[in-house]
Amino acid sequence: MNYLARRLVTFPLILLGVSLLVFFSIRMIPGDAITAMLGTEAGLLTPVQRQALAEYFGIDQPAVVQYGRWLWGVLQGDLGLSVTYGRPVLAIILERFPLTLELALLSMVIALSVGVPAGVLAATRGERPADVVVRILAMLGQSTPGFVVGLVIIYVLSVYFGFIPAMGSFASLWSDPLANLGQLIFPAVTLGFAFAASVTRISRASMLDVLSDDYIRTARAKGVPARSVVWHHALPNALIPVVTLSGVEFGYLLGGAVIVEQIFALPGLGRLTLDAIGQRDYALVQGCVLFIALNFLIVNLLVDLAYAALDPRIRLGAR
Amino acid sequence: MRILRAIAAHPTGRIGAGIILLYLLLALCGTIGFTPHNPLQQFRIDRLQGPSATYLMGTDLFGRDTASRLMVGIGQSFLIAFASVGLASLVGTIIGLLAGWWGGWLDGAFMRSMDVLLAFPAILLALLIIAIVGPGTFTSVVAIAAVYTPIFARVVRGPTLSLKRREFVDAARTFGSSERYILTRHLLLNLVAPLTVQVTLALAWALLTEAGLSFLGLGTQPPAPSLGLMMSEARNLMQQAPWLLVFPGLTIMLGILGFNLFGDALRDILDPRTQRRTA
Repeated sequence: MNYLARRLVTFPLILLGVSLLVFFSIRMIPGDAITAMLGTEAGLLTPVQRQALAEYFGIDQPAVVQYGRWLWGVLQGDLGLSVTYGRPVLAIILERFPLTLELALLSMVIALSVGVPAGVLAATRGERPADVVVRILAMLGQSTPGFVVGLVIIYVLSVYFGFIPAMGSFASLWSDPLANLGQLIFPAVTLGFAFAASVTRISRASMLDVLSDDYIRTARAKGVPARSVVWHHALPNALIPVVTLSGVEFGYLLGGAVIVEQIFALPGLGRLTLDAIGQRDYALVQGCVLFIALNFLIVNLLVDLAYAALDPRIRLGAR
Repeated sequence: MRILRAIAAHPTGRIGAGIILLYLLLALCGTIGFTPHNPLQQFRIDRLQGPSATYLMGTDLFGRDTASRLMVGIGQSFLIAFASVGLASLVGTIIGLLAGWWGGWLDGAFMRSMDVLLAFPAILLALLIIAIVGPGTFTSVVAIAAVYTPIFARVVRGPTLSLKRREFVDAARTFGSSERYILTRHLLLNLVAPLTVQVTLALAWALLTEAGLSFLGLGTQPPAPSLGLMMSEARNLMQQAPWLLVFPGLTIMLGILGFNLFGDALRDILDPRTQRRTA
């Protein structure tokens, strides 16, 4: 069986595992959805009303039956009803997803446009000040938690520029692109910070590796200018591990950045899930986690395929 | 011993080791109560004081000494990081070793369940576990361990697959060594190098995750000090009392930096590939 086919077979299996895990673990959380939804008013419900509500949201049956029903729905594209919002889960997720996607893309653009040049610079200036400075910065970047970067950005903005990143209503890319960029740029820088650091480190290491290859020596011996050797001969090959790293990182970011969304009050996928766990909104948590896992798996599959396409020496089928 | 000497000679490894030792010392002092002030005591008249000779890193909204709280917080973070990485490396190693050694359907089952955990968004996995068990030190340990176990399983399984085909394993079998002996002696000993590197780097991630969880209010519970929680409390006070933001932030960053530097140095020293490159 070739690699792609094997991957496509395990794909639904992993999703099934994720769905089982999330479905049964969320039901182990103490407290039930109806109490979480109504708060103290839940005490005023008659048993009949309670039963009717449970039936409406499909949480009256034993867990195994619920799981079967839910899975059957998922296969038909129906992720169920959210108890908190009283609306279909899929619609809510698709509402939040553009923001998460935009944030992830923006962070990746920042990370690549800073990280790759910095990595190449460091690799071509071996052990000179530029290399040392870049390496120190990259190490610091990798060691700083997102919330530290985010809070420092907010602090600098508010104290020195009297500007507080917009909290509250969120402007979508379509309705107001400028306001949207203004709201997303600082969270994106926050996420891009550590991301850029890993891109820098891997670009540098991979560039050093490639620069010691024979074909580079040949190019140099032929009298190709140093600049052209680095940018045209070495860089395309050196970028292969960068593609892999960025892809995997991007896959993680599509899962929503819980903490950064929290700091900048962004209505993304991460906070949606976090809140849904707090609300015991079973269907919403299940839907979010499944959606995130699906994205993650798809991105990883694409990364593997891109990897094989970029490097002809790698044949995924061969083991 | 050879490795210790190599680390002492490694420029960044030395710095990393220094930071870790300093933090261990601070954590020890914090844990046995050897702090400038009582970390829980509220000096009501000295609320929100800037750094001074009495309060080296200032005081918080309740007049508690930041420096003392940081020392205890480091201890708490280290405890959780070490325990969770210990648990993750133990479970992950066992899974990876058995999966690689036995192969077949068992390998498939083990590694697919690891894939499930990997595809599960890490922080949400931790959040779910915390929601089920309720926040606390022990829960944080389990939650962080669950996130990093699959990584250890993968790190161990790869080399196990190639090691089990090596001649010395066949030789051990012909001697009549038991399976358990081969696994623990021959395979595990050969895995020590990659595992050590992985453990050090995982400690850095675990510190990061722990800080994130307690920042969200889901790790160590107040009034006990924790680095993430201190940052989160500083959020609304950052204009009046920036030191409440600066010192915990620097403390978290420096601690993670220490483990990252140390791990990188270990990789340089233990990984034959990089050795060849530098030689």
